[in-house]
Amino acid sequence: MSAVPLLKVNDVSKFYGSRIGCRNVSFELWPGEVLAIVGESGSGKTTLLSCLSTRLMPSSGIVEYHMRDGQYRDLARMGEAERRFLMRTDWGFVHQNPADGLRMTVSAGANVGERLMAVGDRHYGNIRATAADWLRRVEIEEDRIDDQPRAFSGGMRQRLQIARNLVTSPRLVFMDEPTGGLDVSVQARLLDLVRGLVHDLGLSAIIVTHDLAVARLLSHRMMVMKDGLVIEQGLTDRVLDDPREPYTQLLVSSILQV
Amino acid sequence: MTDLATYNFAYLDEQTKRMIRRAILKAISIPGYQVPFASREMPMPYGWGTGGVQVTAAILGPKDVLKVIDQGADDTTNAVSIRAFFQKVANVAVTTKTREATIIQTRHRIPEEALTAGQTLVYQVPIPEPLRFLEPRETETRKMHALEEYGLMHVKLYEDIARNGHIATTYAYPVKVEGRYVMDPSPTPKFDNPKMHMSEALQLFGAGREKRIYAVPPYTDVVSLDFEDHPFEIQHFDKPCALCGAEQVYLDEVVLDDKGGRMFVCSDTDHCEDRREHGHAGHLLAQQEAAE
Amino acid sequence: MATPLVVSEVAKSFTMHLRDGIQLPVVNGVSFSVRQGECVVLGGPSGVGKSSILKMLYGNYAVDAGQILIEHQGHLVDLATAAPRAVLEVRRDTLGYVSQFLRVVPRVSALDVVAEPLLARGVDQAVARERASALLAKLNLPHELWQLPPATFSGGEQQRVNIARGFITDHAILLLDEPTASLDAKNRRVVVEMIAAKKAEGVAVLGIFHDEEVRDAVADRILDVSAFSPRKAAA
Repeated sequence: MSAVPLLKVNDVSKFYGSRIGCRNVSFELWPGEVLAIVGESGSGKTTLLSCLSTRLMPSSGIVEYHMRDGQYRDLARMGEAERRFLMRTDWGFVHQNPADGLRMTVSAGANVGERLMAVGDRHYGNIRATAADWLRRVEIEEDRIDDQPRAFSGGMRQRLQIARNLVTSPRLVFMDEPTGGLDVSVQARLLDLVRGLVHDLGLSAIIVTHDLAVARLLSHRMMVMKDGLVIEQGLTDRVLDDPREPYTQLLVSSILQV
Repeated sequence: MTDLATYNFAYLDEQTKRMIRRAILKAISIPGYQVPFASREMPMPYGWGTGGVQVTAAILGPKDVLKVIDQGADDTTNAVSIRAFFQKVANVAVTTKTREATIIQTRHRIPEEALTAGQTLVYQVPIPEPLRFLEPRETETRKMHALEEYGLMHVKLYEDIARNGHIATTYAYPVKVEGRYVMDPSPTPKFDNPKMHMSEALQLFGAGREKRIYAVPPYTDVVSLDFEDHPFEIQHFDKPCALCGAEQVYLDEVVLDDKGGRMFVCSDTDHCEDRREHGHAGHLLAQQEAAE
Repeated sequence: MATPLVVSEVAKSFTMHLRDGIQLPVVNGVSFSVRQGECVVLGGPSGVGKSSILKMLYGNYAVDAGQILIEHQGHLVDLATAAPRAVLEVRRDTLGYVSQFLRVVPRVSALDVVAEPLLARGVDQAVARERASALLAKLNLPHELWQLPPATFSGGEQQRVNIARGFITDHAILLLDEPTASLDAKNRRVVVEMIAAKKAEGVAVLGIFHDEEVRDAVADRILDVSAFSPRKAAA
């Protein structure tokens, strides 16, 4: 296990005018660690994810990232060019709606290959071979490589989005409700796939979800948010088996048992 | 020519010309970069070369000799109208001879004869943004140019190969200018791309509807994008021109009758005529002469 | 002889916020230790807090007070206060746990469920599967089930998968929460043998066994958990 955290979040707050998005959030994310952020709509979990992934600038607080060169960089002070480069190489972002993360009018192969071309890969044969390999890893038949995601089912699109993000071997992946809007059986397949990939690639991930079962299956650690604040955090097993805060107890007790 | 007094020289007023010249100077200073300009209404519809006409009007002087081509031809509607327009509003000398012209306004071709120092080629451009078809947001494409994020351009070429087995883009083939900006060379056939590279002439591009001007100064690197295993190639024609016998030129297909008869002839009409005057003859011309 | 697990003055209560915040005391002043090669069995009537102690030891329950000291890679870790990351590291390398019920993961085969703890420690997949196969064979899980996800298995079959998963590593401490509850006599004997083997390797075993026969066969000593019951202390 690496001796330093990948991401250091210190006292991050985001205000929308006088409204609170999230407030005073601090934590560290370590290499290989999967963190789930849970809470209901409006709890600030998506705002927090946006602040961490530089899609939004925090109103206050610092988010530092451990770059591949071993230096910590304050994300807010990074130039846009460098930040965008980071986002398409060392990071991934999986949107709830695959259409937000895919190019719907180019083929599956090109969707996966785009990041490779963006970092200067100029050999068509290699790009295509890598794309085919990634389609296989996310369980999409190779003969669909030239089809556009418009012709894919919701589950396939989501798996394609994951392949598109992972092709450059990122170290950190953000996921916003990755299983939202999918059928339960499709969810299970996706969860298992993500779980396997995270483990095999040693990824760090921050997953926003309102589904505690997703958190249990994928995450090592979780944070519970309410009204913009992190009200409880800890080992996922601990938070779910022995919730301490009234709101967490309510969440856990609201899970339907099958 | 009593009508002439009703127009300022070359139709546009001097303030507008200054504005366009400034945009042109900026474009020359940053090869391949699209400079926004306040495009004017011109007395012709968008799509007929309003961008090119404004650029020509801004750089035209009384001593210039103007040539206008449309798909390589001097005698098609667009070329004839624009040539007549400038004769009327600027009273400049016009020509069809490539080597005699100081300014050549073109729609979709670069003349076969190599251009020389002192000549200016003005392109009419419909859509100046090479990234547009894959990225509809202008804010995003501008950012991509600014940050030199051109992976998307190769996505387009990738799609071509995936669908057709080779890069099927045959016109408006994207180029990288002076190692920095990716540029759309307007819908010229990719056959002409190599002529842009290190050209002695100044190349100006005007897009009237999209309000953009860009430029390739003389002696500038212009490289067509490609893949290592699918290198850039120009079109090849199996036969020489049916009229003048020229090889290594861009040919147009002309249908001769309703029985499937056709011929391939030079798209550059001036080049073809010039060769015929110098005694070259293609197989069709030779047959005709034999029949007479 | 080394003592890899020391529990000192541990207390645990639940606050039920959804029921007007009532306090449910569970255990108080829990102190004991387990030596290498020793099997300690938690005894006492049901509801006295045996399972809760195991869950605290594994990090699933928070601890109100006291220490849980684990010898992990040459130094002591207090699981009562350790960061999640440290708890996970201890679980991966030092602390094994066989829960009462298998937590099934969709689509993962029984064989891979068993092999996973070894993979997590970087063991080659082929080697891990071979070890997993050997354990499943030993526990008499029908061969045709190995490649299937255990979700549809019977209680006894799931339990054997769970046991194999807990026993596959060479963790220095092993927590067992009624591993034999739903097994037949034949498989109970297999588990008894496996526990004996672990003890012989020097593993510290802490378990809950309701089956007297199994308990008598494996226990070196029995710790009566009612001694830590807060109700008793109050009386």
